[in-house]
Amino acid sequence: MALRGNLRDFTITQLLNLINLAGKTGTLVVDGPTDQAHVAFLNGKLAFARVGNEDNRLATLLHRANKLTANQYRALVERAGAMTDKELGLLLINAGYVSQEDILINLQEHCSETVRRLYTWVEGSFRFEADLLPPEDRINVRLDLENLIIEGSRHLREWEQLQDEIPSLDMALKFTDRPLQNVNLNVEEWRVVSYINPKNTMKQIAGANKMNDLEIRRIVYGLLQAGLVDIVRPEGVTVTPSPKMFPTRDKEEQKSLVNKLIGRIRSL
Amino acid sequence: MQTVKMVVTGPFSAGKTQFIQSVSEIDVVATERKISSNEERSVKDATTVAMDFGRITVDEDLVLYLFGTPGQKRFDFMWEILSEGMLGFIVMVDSTRPETFREARSILETFRAYAPTPYVVVANKQDMKDAWELEDMRHALRLDPKVKFLSCVSTKRDSVKTILLELLYSILEEMETGG
Repeated sequence: MALRGNLRDFTITQLLNLINLAGKTGTLVVDGPTDQAHVAFLNGKLAFARVGNEDNRLATLLHRANKLTANQYRALVERAGAMTDKELGLLLINAGYVSQEDILINLQEHCSETVRRLYTWVEGSFRFEADLLPPEDRINVRLDLENLIIEGSRHLREWEQLQDEIPSLDMALKFTDRPLQNVNLNVEEWRVVSYINPKNTMKQIAGANKMNDLEIRRIVYGLLQAGLVDIVRPEGVTVTPSPKMFPTRDKEEQKSLVNKLIGRIRSL
Repeated sequence: MQTVKMVVTGPFSAGKTQFIQSVSEIDVVATERKISSNEERSVKDATTVAMDFGRITVDEDLVLYLFGTPGQKRFDFMWEILSEGMLGFIVMVDSTRPETFREARSILETFRAYAPTPYVVVANKQDMKDAWELEDMRHALRLDPKVKFLSCVSTKRDSVKTILLELLYSILEEMETGG
């Protein structure tokens, strides 16, 4: 049976656990809300990870980690653009620019970080391609999955708790009477705060700020806990009451019916 | 025959089945099953798995149905089905079990999102010696001061009547303000 399914039913952490226990080799392809991720494994160990078309070439990663200067990086892109990462790694070690350890640590950190990003994906589908092996031109790492699984479980618990606290993102937010003075908010929180208005649903605020469900819930939860906002039904959105509410459409008859109910309950 | 319905919801063991039982003219049609989880069995032996169903006949043309939802989150697929077409809903909270307050808040938010119908929140088991005070519960549940938060003892018919009346007053008020 093909290993494929939906992230709603099977989380990334559960998938990592399965791959770890089964010692699988192949690539987990995850189609998330905006990107596609490829996470490759060798005998149940993380070998390589990439999200979308991001540049994760060795030179770029080392430059980002300040292991290569801007000039060195530019020169490498110009002159060694066609080199594979394996060839480039060897060249850099032999030239004394970086150590083997520098390369491994940065690649491992990049792969772990990529997997961590996937924990925030709660919508999407996945499939495990046993025939799709880690790319040969890249330097593959061999990272045990246990620590990532433990981290993922923590994320999962957080996600479940946040979902309990804020079950629907179709609701809006309004400020409470507490002033926003003397409150230390970070940039992301301010971005959310700037959109708070009973007319905007949390889903719309998340969309405007390019945040996923977990990120918006995390920020709203903090604001709720601090007593700065309340969850309200969005203003200006006409919600048609279910026609099944009352057996009649006539407003006066509806009121009369409720009065009858009041009379009956009183007489119990 | 015209029918209307109200929904009684809340966490596991909040007293929903008892609430309906106290005012229903028929024996509550309960879908209870024995509890298998040790943790939950320490609270009670059986729990609602689909719904409770009670009835109050108003006159020969009008009947009020009371539906109780299952408390556990794993049965939440029933919540939306039961909430369809409700006049209003009651969220019951066990005043003696603060560990369920967070879940009660979550259930309240879930039902608020289903439909723009009036609701009241009820602090049940207020006759118990370890019941939390209403004001403390209001803060813990993060209820807006405008939300009706009422004390209740669901084994007492008068207490249940008061809750139902308060919800009906809210429904009437909403109809009048909403035109």
